[in-house]
Amino acid sequence: MSMDIRQGIHDLIGDYAERIDEDRLEEWPDLFGDPCRYLVISRSNFEAGMKQGIMYAATKGMMLDRVFSIRRANLFEPHRYRHVIGPIRVKSVEANVAVVHSHFMVARIMQEGATTLFATGRYLDRIDVSTTPFRFQERIVVLDSDKIDTLLAIPL
Amino acid sequence: MSQSSAEHAVVWPSNGISQVPFRVYTDQDQYAREQERLFKGQTWNYLCLTVELTKPGDYVSTTVGETAVIVVRDAKGAINAFVNRCIHRGNLLCLEPRGNVKAFSCIYHGWVYNLGGQLTGVAFEHGVQRQGGMPAEFRKEEHTLQPLRVAELGGLVFGTFSDATPDLETWLGADVTRGLLRVMNRTPHILGRNTQVLPNNWKLYFENVKDTYHASILHLFLTTFRINRLTMPGGIFINRDGGNHYSYAKLDYAAEDAEYQNAHLRSDSEFRLEDNSVVESVDEYGDGVSVQILTIMPGMVLQQVRNTIAVRVIRPRGIDKTELEWIHIGFDTDDEAMTERRLRQGNLIGPAGYIAMEDGFIGGFVQRALHYNDEGAGIVMMGGHDADSQTFRASEAAIRGFWKHYRALMGE
Repeated sequence: MSMDIRQGIHDLIGDYAERIDEDRLEEWPDLFGDPCRYLVISRSNFEAGMKQGIMYAATKGMMLDRVFSIRRANLFEPHRYRHVIGPIRVKSVEANVAVVHSHFMVARIMQEGATTLFATGRYLDRIDVSTTPFRFQERIVVLDSDKIDTLLAIPL
Repeated sequence: MSQSSAEHAVVWPSNGISQVPFRVYTDQDQYAREQERLFKGQTWNYLCLTVELTKPGDYVSTTVGETAVIVVRDAKGAINAFVNRCIHRGNLLCLEPRGNVKAFSCIYHGWVYNLGGQLTGVAFEHGVQRQGGMPAEFRKEEHTLQPLRVAELGGLVFGTFSDATPDLETWLGADVTRGLLRVMNRTPHILGRNTQVLPNNWKLYFENVKDTYHASILHLFLTTFRINRLTMPGGIFINRDGGNHYSYAKLDYAAEDAEYQNAHLRSDSEFRLEDNSVVESVDEYGDGVSVQILTIMPGMVLQQVRNTIAVRVIRPRGIDKTELEWIHIGFDTDDEAMTERRLRQGNLIGPAGYIAMEDGFIGGFVQRALHYNDEGAGIVMMGGHDADSQTFRASEAAIRGFWKHYRALMGE
């Protein structure tokens, strides 16, 4: 695998966390191809082969609707995330698709300051490395816990 | 936040059900009495789906209120339920959420129970090398785990602690039984489970589900995208006791379809969905009902929201903490397209649901406002003072039904 591919993968994964954490949600769908698959799911559901997650998008349109809804339709107590991405493992690169696994921890910072560890888990990615920059074909967010505190408004 | 004292008792302003003292959400003694009189009283509590117990020995370990319970299918095919507590030293008997066993064996001292809850084995019962052992008068066959009565309806398994609870269908009432069987009319399977931890008293969530008044005000998604305007009138059915209910609304599916077809012509709305698949529904029950929300006292919800079917279980975890489990359901008749439809519409509900997200925090806001400021009573008078079935939905009748049943069960 070339260093260029490895660098492109790291850039994409870093860009993803930055766009969410810096509240640039409108730019979040641009990191995906169309159609795509974005799914937030608990590990117990995922390992049992169940398909129902917590948040799901199969097209870029569905992701844009999610962002628009966060901005204009849904009500929730304002908060931000801070992603910390752990080891990034490139499992394979075949036919211009890289299979990449990485670990994450996400802190949730409420408007009034309370900061808690909100979610931990793994990203299971399929990344199209034929475009510049690279794009996600699929990002499955596998949460370690079955429990979500209060609600999930912003994508993880 | 908990307070308990003679000066801090729950006092109802009247015998009515349209004014609710705020202390019901903050009083520790009240919470403890609810466990005894509601969850362990004359109520039927959701335990699991029948399809989770297909083979003898299949079990689910769950909770009824705060009490740990095991549900298991025995060798004869019957479903039994009992408290998940070894009679010996009170240890949790079953530690896994689900599985298959030949018998339940306590890890602490090796006491063994069969699938009917009968004690069948005591480690070193006769001592070691003829020393020690249980006294001669101790008879295993006289000891069982504390049982619950079990009943099934529409593929759902219920349990009650009380011998005095009427049979399930009588207790649900004819309307709510009909509503349950309407939704659960095929063999279900579980699409997935999610648990939301709510920072509020369990009753605030249960009332929210019974509250048909708030939906178009708090949940802006449907109105923002102008999806709900074709909703036709529905109604509310409330059983005689008051705690079981369902509300429903119809939708002109054909007109909505035509609306989508013409979406590109629409100029009167600045907001429209980029991808309609999150709301594209089929009339799977053939009766035009697009939303049916059914509640069963004290803590179960069965929902049909378009093509999303889910059981929600409300589990109290202290006066200001509640676990809400969403069990998403599909049916044996679903083809691939139907499953995908249910998954896409799944964005409407659950912890990230477009029309459910606000329900996750609103109870917590109420709980915060009540923090050391819980004197007085809330007002539940929309649509009158009674808890009768109604043909309109801008009403708090089903909330009053809850308090009617609540006061009767609590003896208040």
